[in-house]
Amino acid sequence: MTHHTLHLPIGEKEARALKAGDTVTLERTLFGIRDATLIHMFDRGRRTRLDLKGHAVIHTAPNVRKVDVSPECPSGYEPICIGTTTSMRMERFTQGLMQREGVRLIIGKGGMGERTLEAFREMGGAYLAIVGGAAALETTWIEAIEDVDLDDLNPESLWRFRIKGFGPLLVGMDSHGGSLFATVAKDVAARRAAVLEKIGAGE
Amino acid sequence: MELDPHEIGEVCKTLYIRAVKLLPRDVKEGFTELQRRETDATGRAILGTMVENIAVAERTRNLLCQDTGIPIYNITIGKNVVFDGVALKAAIRRGCERATREHPLRSSVVHPITRQNEQTSCGPGVPIIHVDFDEREETVEIEMIPKGSGSENGSFLQMLIPADGVKAVKRFVIDKVIELGGRVCPPTIVGVGIGGTSDLCVHLAKRAATRPLRTVCPDPEGAKIEAELSEAVNELGIGPQGLGGRSTSFAVHVEVAATHITMNPVAVNIQCHSARRATARITPGGIAFG
Repeated sequence: MTHHTLHLPIGEKEARALKAGDTVTLERTLFGIRDATLIHMFDRGRRTRLDLKGHAVIHTAPNVRKVDVSPECPSGYEPICIGTTTSMRMERFTQGLMQREGVRLIIGKGGMGERTLEAFREMGGAYLAIVGGAAALETTWIEAIEDVDLDDLNPESLWRFRIKGFGPLLVGMDSHGGSLFATVAKDVAARRAAVLEKIGAGE
Repeated sequence: MELDPHEIGEVCKTLYIRAVKLLPRDVKEGFTELQRRETDATGRAILGTMVENIAVAERTRNLLCQDTGIPIYNITIGKNVVFDGVALKAAIRRGCERATREHPLRSSVVHPITRQNEQTSCGPGVPIIHVDFDEREETVEIEMIPKGSGSENGSFLQMLIPADGVKAVKRFVIDKVIELGGRVCPPTIVGVGIGGTSDLCVHLAKRAATRPLRTVCPDPEGAKIEAELSEAVNELGIGPQGLGGRSTSFAVHVEVAATHITMNPVAVNIQCHSARRATARITPGGIAFG
């Protein structure tokens, strides 16, 4: 297990160097994205002016306060609380995010499925697991909201955060077919019969 | 005692903000208990981060989780309380809106078809308001639950039949916990409704999922099943965030209602580790937040 510090954006080689079980700290830039953002970008033909190439996206919709534009708040938004939502709902968008937008890393909670793993294998990417529901802590890793696009979808806009020491995150899925979530699921499936037997609910 | 709608509005605003920031004591104690028993290294590290987050939220007076949830208000009205029900409901809604605008909180509520967000945490039928009555003299209790969606999406109803027996009820719960894995932000509270009609069964599951830890199902048969399932889910190895370990759930809670001779319904509703609730008790002596 290796710890990586990644200054975003990154290239394919850096993404492929990540192995399931490694830990990662992110620096510089992170994009916030989620259900409505992706539905509008991929199902309704909308495009963003923000450049996601080589970047990391986190599944989030933040709590923000609208403020005057200033050097500290260049987007006119001040972060209040930024956390992470369940990733699996966004499974069908991974391929497009990587192919069309050039995204390399996805940060989320709960893991993603086979199609995402396949996209990582094909194009070079990874899923970084963050502790869901630990948003107060996560917010301390965010310095500012630098930019925002598709803001009619607020709070599900496309956000660009300036980050510092964002992590440690756990590589949950890599570009070599490794998935900690799949490993745990296999282990759980193997225990199921004995657990059911014990409570008199065996098949 | 007469309820003042203005005061109720203030209380409902405060409750929403308190709920998203301060984790109830029973849940904090639940974390201590899980940490004591967790042996998996990843599981221990994740529990440690969750506990650290609770402290950071308190220190920075920030929200525990970014998900401000679907607002639920449970009102229990005691004896000899005079109130205008319509004004009471309007006051609750106003309090919910004000918390969202004035704090501000993320409005997580949209119209289900247009997906329009009014930025008020309100919409048709939301906030969800449940009114009940009890025996307490001149007492009104308001409980606010910001129900997070990651865990709410882990909701299921199965209209089993009598021939399936209790066995199928237990299997249903275990299989749903397995299917959900890390998606519902474990360690969770697994709420199980057994009996009733379809809608009551789902409501029982929600009541079970949002009940304080270390409380026991009032029905002795239900209590037996919840003890058994509480042990069983933590032998599955799902662990915190679905990354392995013992701590899949703080507990399984069961709520029971009578059902029809032809029916055997079971429902599951999950509460995530950010098992947030806030309460206020209003008496002639004043308002006490808990």
